[in-house]
Amino acid sequence: MAGASPDIARRNNLILAICVAAAVACLPLVVKDVYIQNMLVLTLMYAALSQSWNILSGYCGQISLGHALYFGIGAYATLLLFTKFGVLPWFGMVAGGAIAAVVAAAVGYPCFRLKGHYFVIATIVIAEAGLLLMLNWDWAGAAMGIEVPVRGDSWAKFQFARSKLPYFYFALGLALVAWIVTWKIEDSRWGYWWRAVKDNAEAAESLGVVVFRSKMAAAAVSAFLTAVGGGFYAQFVSYIDPESVMSFQFSLLMALPAVLGGIGTLWGPAVGAAILIPITEVTRSYAGGTGKGFDLIVYGLLVMGIALGRPEGIVGAFSARKRAKAA
Amino acid sequence: MSALLEVRDLTQRFGGLVANADVSIDVRVGEILGLIGPNGAGKSTLFNAIAGVRKPTEGRIGFAGRDVTDLAAPQRCALGIARTFQVVKSFETMSVVENVMVGAFARAASAREAREKARAVLEFTGLGARENAMAQELTPPEKRRLEVARALATEPKLLLLDEAMTGLTPAEARQGVELVRAIRERGVTIVMVEHVMEIVMPLVDRAIVLDLGRVIAEGAPADIVRDERVITAYLGERHRARDA
Ligand SMILES: Nc1ncnc2c1ncn2[C@@H]1O[C@H](COP(=O)(O)OP(=O)(O)O)[C@@H](O)[C@H]1O
Ligand SMILES: [Mg+2]
Repeated sequence: MAGASPDIARRNNLILAICVAAAVACLPLVVKDVYIQNMLVLTLMYAALSQSWNILSGYCGQISLGHALYFGIGAYATLLLFTKFGVLPWFGMVAGGAIAAVVAAAVGYPCFRLKGHYFVIATIVIAEAGLLLMLNWDWAGAAMGIEVPVRGDSWAKFQFARSKLPYFYFALGLALVAWIVTWKIEDSRWGYWWRAVKDNAEAAESLGVVVFRSKMAAAAVSAFLTAVGGGFYAQFVSYIDPESVMSFQFSLLMALPAVLGGIGTLWGPAVGAAILIPITEVTRSYAGGTGKGFDLIVYGLLVMGIALGRPEGIVGAFSARKRAKAA
Repeated sequence: MSALLEVRDLTQRFGGLVANADVSIDVRVGEILGLIGPNGAGKSTLFNAIAGVRKPTEGRIGFAGRDVTDLAAPQRCALGIARTFQVVKSFETMSVVENVMVGAFARAASAREAREKARAVLEFTGLGARENAMAQELTPPEKRRLEVARALATEPKLLLLDEAMTGLTPAEARQGVELVRAIRERGVTIVMVEHVMEIVMPLVDRAIVLDLGRVIAEGAPADIVRDERVITAYLGERHRARDA
């Protein structure tokens, strides 16, 4: 390998990402079907969400199956701030991100002392607790949820009844931003420290890495981006209730694309989402009546299959082959 | 007073087991100090205490003129204490140069600077040709070198080597000895734990012998190898090994 130049490899990656984004941006020229456009929006959103999840769980190695909590915080913050205080969704999404980052730090404070499976279980339990809280919080609509009051199509209020395209472009932007944030972090102190924490925390500490603070930073960045995605989703579906934004299924759907595509890799989440989300959307519409349980079983089997067969994911397997060829 | 490291009356208990008992050690600036003793003598435990992995049950540790007993491992690294692990702990999913960069970030401001420093250290430790290999692809002796390289990248004043030459062939061990000398030439003070007397004795300026957690002898290598208590400790170990 002409490995002497990681800078050039990184620049090429950035160019590739911009080209891919540009190509995707052209898709609406050919895709006029609203059903497919809808699927594209969701695919891009999950690419962004999984990219965010990947920061904490892939790079820093702290497997979270409770990211639905941050997704829900973003969704609720955005709609509550708008309906109760008239704050525009743009600011609502950022506020949701900030709240989620603080909550992630508060959750991490006790949980990052837990090891392996205990940490995963704690994230699930805390997210379920958040769901229960929202189900009982009357001011926030409780089980009834809240609706985006219709104010007509507007960029300022971020609502569009007539076309999916504004959502599509926002989701594309979000996926690109999440990718670039990851790309930027990957070759920074945090990026290397997070990976070191994942591989061997004790060795990392001996080299000056404050492991606890590293995990907290990863959790905050990850939760922030996830919540922005949640705010977007709330605007996109224009009605939310606790089950529809905070159920365990969202946590799985954020993790799966990264796991499938390659956990802890730059392209894994996007590749995984591009494969997984269309498949799940199609199965959902065919298996329509069978209920949500079926999805969960399919996801569970997928995770197990990947974990046993190709733990490095699609991108990981690809780059391993490339390295082997170069050696 | 030119002691870089001062360990005072350090005791480490694990339940009923006393792994270090009243250990007091001074390490002088610029020396290579050998820490020897049979298996289970408490050498790695002492390293862990000095590096800040575990707070000692009793006793104080001073480094470069300040009390560091209450500082955590990363803070001690920042002050200039680096160490290798007896059981190597490479970052397996990272490349060789990335492993070393993790250490370099202790002082480097940017990734570019960290990468440059890491490359220089790899060159110095003889791993230059392997910088793009994944850590998991390295041979055991290369992994030992990587441990040293990573620690050096933090630009330490004091380097703790825990059995860095264990498992090396005689030829590799000779290269290891050369490397340790070269590191000292750069002004780094070294404490090395080594199980094999034949390796350490020609290399160190001074040796301290631990047995059952206690310092039983201290002095020039030539005197240490003739010391009755040391011989007994090592003979005792052979007997124990044979009985086991
Ligand atoms: N974390 C620990 N918990 C309990 N006992 C330990 C621990 N670490 C070391 N020991 C015990 O302390 C003694 C000294 O171990 P160690 O410092 O590893 O010896 P050495 O490095 O000299 O071979 C041994 O009896 C070992 O079993
Ligand atoms: Mg030991």
